[in-house]
Amino acid sequence: FLGAGGGNDIQWCFSQVKGAVDDDVAEADIISTVEFNHSGELLATGDKGGRVVIFQQEQENKTQSHSRGEYNVYSTFQSHEPEFDYLKSLEIEEKINKIRWLPQKNAAQFLLSTNDKTIKLWKISERDKRPEGYNLKEEDGRYRDPTTVTTLRVPVFRPMDLMVEASPRRIFANAHTYHINSISINSDYETYLSADDLRINLWHLEITDRSFNIVDIKPANMEELTEVITAAEFHPNSCSTFVYSSSKGTIRLCDMRASALCDRHSKLFEEPEDPSNRSFFSEIISSISDVKFSHSGRYMMTRDYLSVKIWDLNMENRPVETYQVHEYLRSKLCSLYENDCIFDKFECCWNGSDRQVEFLSLIVMTGSYNNFFRMFDRNTKRDVTLEASRENNKPRTVLKPRKVCASGKRKKDEISVDSLDFNKKILHTAWHPKENIIAVATTNNLYIFQDKMN
Amino acid sequence: MFVRGLKRKCFDGEEDIEGTLAGIKAIPSYNLQRQSLLDMSLVKLQLCHMLVEPNLCRSVLIANTVRQIQEEMTQDGTWQMINTQSTGQASLDRLVSTDILCRSSKDQAEGKHVPAYGTFNKDFESDQAQDSSETMSTASSVQAPRNLQSNVWEMESPQENKGNFQKSLDQIFETLENKSPNSVEDLFSEVDNSYYDLDTMLTGMMSNTKMGHCDSLETFSSPTNTASNSNCKSDLNDLDHIVEILVES
Repeated sequence: FLGAGGGNDIQWCFSQVKGAVDDDVAEADIISTVEFNHSGELLATGDKGGRVVIFQQEQENKTQSHSRGEYNVYSTFQSHEPEFDYLKSLEIEEKINKIRWLPQKNAAQFLLSTNDKTIKLWKISERDKRPEGYNLKEEDGRYRDPTTVTTLRVPVFRPMDLMVEASPRRIFANAHTYHINSISINSDYETYLSADDLRINLWHLEITDRSFNIVDIKPANMEELTEVITAAEFHPNSCSTFVYSSSKGTIRLCDMRASALCDRHSKLFEEPEDPSNRSFFSEIISSISDVKFSHSGRYMMTRDYLSVKIWDLNMENRPVETYQVHEYLRSKLCSLYENDCIFDKFECCWNGSDRQVEFLSLIVMTGSYNNFFRMFDRNTKRDVTLEASRENNKPRTVLKPRKVCASGKRKKDEISVDSLDFNKKILHTAWHPKENIIAVATTNNLYIFQDKMN
Repeated sequence: MFVRGLKRKCFDGEEDIEGTLAGIKAIPSYNLQRQSLLDMSLVKLQLCHMLVEPNLCRSVLIANTVRQIQEEMTQDGTWQMINTQSTGQASLDRLVSTDILCRSSKDQAEGKHVPAYGTFNKDFESDQAQDSSETMSTASSVQAPRNLQSNVWEMESPQENKGNFQKSLDQIFETLENKSPNSVEDLFSEVDNSYYDLDTMLTGMMSNTKMGHCDSLETFSSPTNTASNSNCKSDLNDLDHIVEILVES
């Protein structure tokens, strides 16, 4: 399992790719978030056009033990529409920033989706039966002439083609002045938080007309603003604990029991700056783009522009592990600043858990440029670079590790830094909660990879 | 900007200056690099998205970078603005008034003033006032001697903001104007041509809308034929181009 003890690294194979084939990317099709549900059966994507597409895994075919079920489109719906803020004369983008699934409680599935300003709770339910045999209506809905009714019958449910319906059950609006970057469902499964650049609000899933402000870092004078909130997440087990990260590379852990407004952190995680690497870009590249708790809640992982850091919640002054994602970019920061790539927000994720082993957060996955993504094994300290590309799209073809040549003579299969395509960035990745299946989003395509089953 | 030297690092190589000779040669280049980074940053803050609210995180990071540069330049003594400040309030924060730095070009065209930070000022005010009526924050008019035909900058202003905006505008223009014709040429003469080979490095990058920044930098250099023009004329040419870029016409 995952290199723990067995020592076998996972061999990833191409499984599927979803999305348009052509290189001309429609802006609305740009994938902006990817998330598996709690069982892994459903995989949701959000895009810049405000749509949510949910894929469902086929039930495993018992005879076909060589591969796990494929993911097929299950439901597509328009979650958010573009809006116009008349007060500021500005458009509000419909782009879906985040999707978070609720754990399943009944037959229906629920997810939260958010754009910059509004969070919506969607119910996705199946309908595979419908009533037939009404007395007063024909099958097509037209009313029957009552005089023609000579007998009475009891309507019965008959099977129909499966229909998946998505309906908005709650709309949580008008609570954010700034752009929402995170939503996180609490372990009590009743409340959730939403974070924008300067504030974090706490909601109850049933209540839409009220939210509690729990963090506010807006200065009295906006000219003094030097730091914003970049991500936030609830602790997986402790329902009063959450963390939020900042553009200055700090993470604050807050306890809601301490006070109503959690402006004072319980813990502040920050690594002292390395003076030898100091430049005008130091602050920008230290800005944290994502934070994720480990499954146990003992660790958390942060992603900044060049690295992934693992923090032990008991140690605030430095991370316990640091993994370099693309250190060869350090000498290119000026150009990356000029073309704005330095502001790209990469996400990161942990492995899921194997059936046989309890939840252990051992592997880190995150994206890079040129449609490369990286994995780091915490146990073996080995890392691998893989590519999401249609060239490798024969099922069960094992992905070949890629290598970037930072300097000097380029070896045969290596790619030089100067050849990297910075338009092809992998910002969003997700790992199936229970199996070794990963979803990797390029600009407008979703790749699904599985480990090689023997 | 990359400067030819032993180490082909972007100018985070300030730490690498070793030896007086190398130091002497490198320091002016470093200043120019720093200046161009400052200009690039100011342009970035100006060139905000037209219709959608600009990304606050990005604006804050860029503004912090600008402040960093200005602080360093102040310590170096290369920041000339300090001398021209008429009042004694030379706070570093005022050097770059982020209020006006981020404006959508659409609003500029309409003569409205809706800066990114300014919008939050309005939020702040509306938070306080608890009403939905908009109070437009505005900028002061630009001094006539600047010889700018952009009426865009001319607006009514609340008295207390007038000084700030005036200074901030002056500062922006001063900064961008900081290059004498010679230094503009020098700036780009020192540039390693392979900087523009970054085009190949950043394949396809330069061809998308982000190219705007690169374009504006090139515009700085292209018009001045330093050999033939008088100082005054080339100053005006520079200014026109600068204004063009800022106004995003």
